[in-house]
Amino acid sequence: MKAIELTNENFEKEVLASDVPVLVDFWAEWCGPCRMLSPVVEQVAEGAQGFKVGKVNVDYESDLAEKYGISSIPCLIVFKGGKEAARSVGVIPKDRIIQLVSQAV
Amino acid sequence: MKDIIIIGAGPAGLTAAIYALRSGKSVLLIEAKSYGGQIINAAKIDNYPGLPNISGFEFAQKLYEQATSFGAEIVYETAVSVEDNGKTKLVRTKSGEHEAKAVILATGARNKPMGLSREDKLLGKGVSYCATCDGMFFRKKEVAVFGGGRIAVEDALFLSDYCSKVYVIHSQMRFGAAPSDVEKLKARENVEFVLESNVTALLGEEKLTGIEVTNKKDGSKRKINISGLFVAIGQMPDNGAFANMVELDEKGYIAAGESCLTKTNGIYAAGDCRTKEVRQLTTAAADGAVAALAACSRI
Repeated sequence: MKAIELTNENFEKEVLASDVPVLVDFWAEWCGPCRMLSPVVEQVAEGAQGFKVGKVNVDYESDLAEKYGISSIPCLIVFKGGKEAARSVGVIPKDRIIQLVSQAV
Repeated sequence: MKDIIIIGAGPAGLTAAIYALRSGKSVLLIEAKSYGGQIINAAKIDNYPGLPNISGFEFAQKLYEQATSFGAEIVYETAVSVEDNGKTKLVRTKSGEHEAKAVILATGARNKPMGLSREDKLLGKGVSYCATCDGMFFRKKEVAVFGGGRIAVEDALFLSDYCSKVYVIHSQMRFGAAPSDVEKLKARENVEFVLESNVTALLGEEKLTGIEVTNKKDGSKRKINISGLFVAIGQMPDNGAFANMVELDEKGYIAAGESCLTKTNGIYAAGDCRTKEVRQLTTAAADGAVAALAACSRI
């Protein structure tokens, strides 16, 4: 499954009310490291089992970025039961992303 | 078995791959994080000949595509050791092992941390190592840059376009950056220089609210309220895993001359991980070519 484009409108339904944990990638077009990480997050999304993956473009969704105190990107947050369960800042390899999710699952 | 294993897929490693592949050798790149190396953090590159105004991301992408178009293979694993078995070398990673006739170490360097308490905790909560990534979150806010080299000065210039105030905290009086950039920075009205001083404490519980700065000369301390601290105090290498195969200098860089040869036959060092005076994209690329051709002529 592809990563879901998250917005202020669908965040509640897709993430906070989700019955499975959600890995959310906060990113922006102008951030080089974000663009390195994005394809890896997409790979994780393709193989996701028992969780789903979404991404927030902080340029368009500055309310979400502010709400979750994002001040460094790329930032990955795992939400479980509507709450933040894990967070990681910067480029990390695929196995570390999976580790981050499995901590929460 | 591959002809050449290259550890690190930054500019040096990818250039080495291009040269080796064009010489008809097979290549495996082993990369711990993502290809491109530190350059992916650069918003704009203005000093690589022939490619003015390219972004770091675009540069890395083009270089990667060039290397893979010639047949470079890449695995994302962390190398933990290299073993010399004479004609062959064995590279162990956290998840496996790979064998080749020659190894090029192109492990680069990473940002040097400040070594302050709670630095890790506040990373991403006001402490950042990438102004071009995170500067936008501090629009109209007060921030500080810690450092006085090229990257620190470029970061401060970039931030002063967006932030209400930028403190530049530097342990020396003089800057190690292009004089034209330093002059530009001095002319900015929203920039305050705090020289001969170090950041000695991070303030704030859940997120950064300020820093303590200590003057090196008289020991006086000053508190500065800021919401963002951009750290650019230099780089450090990460070559400890290979210390048994190559000689490291006192800072941990691999001792190898312009020929990129290390003390072990068939093991080469290229790019920022090597002892050298100038660490630039161009010198990384040059090392990649030199190391690859040396490796090719040996196997």
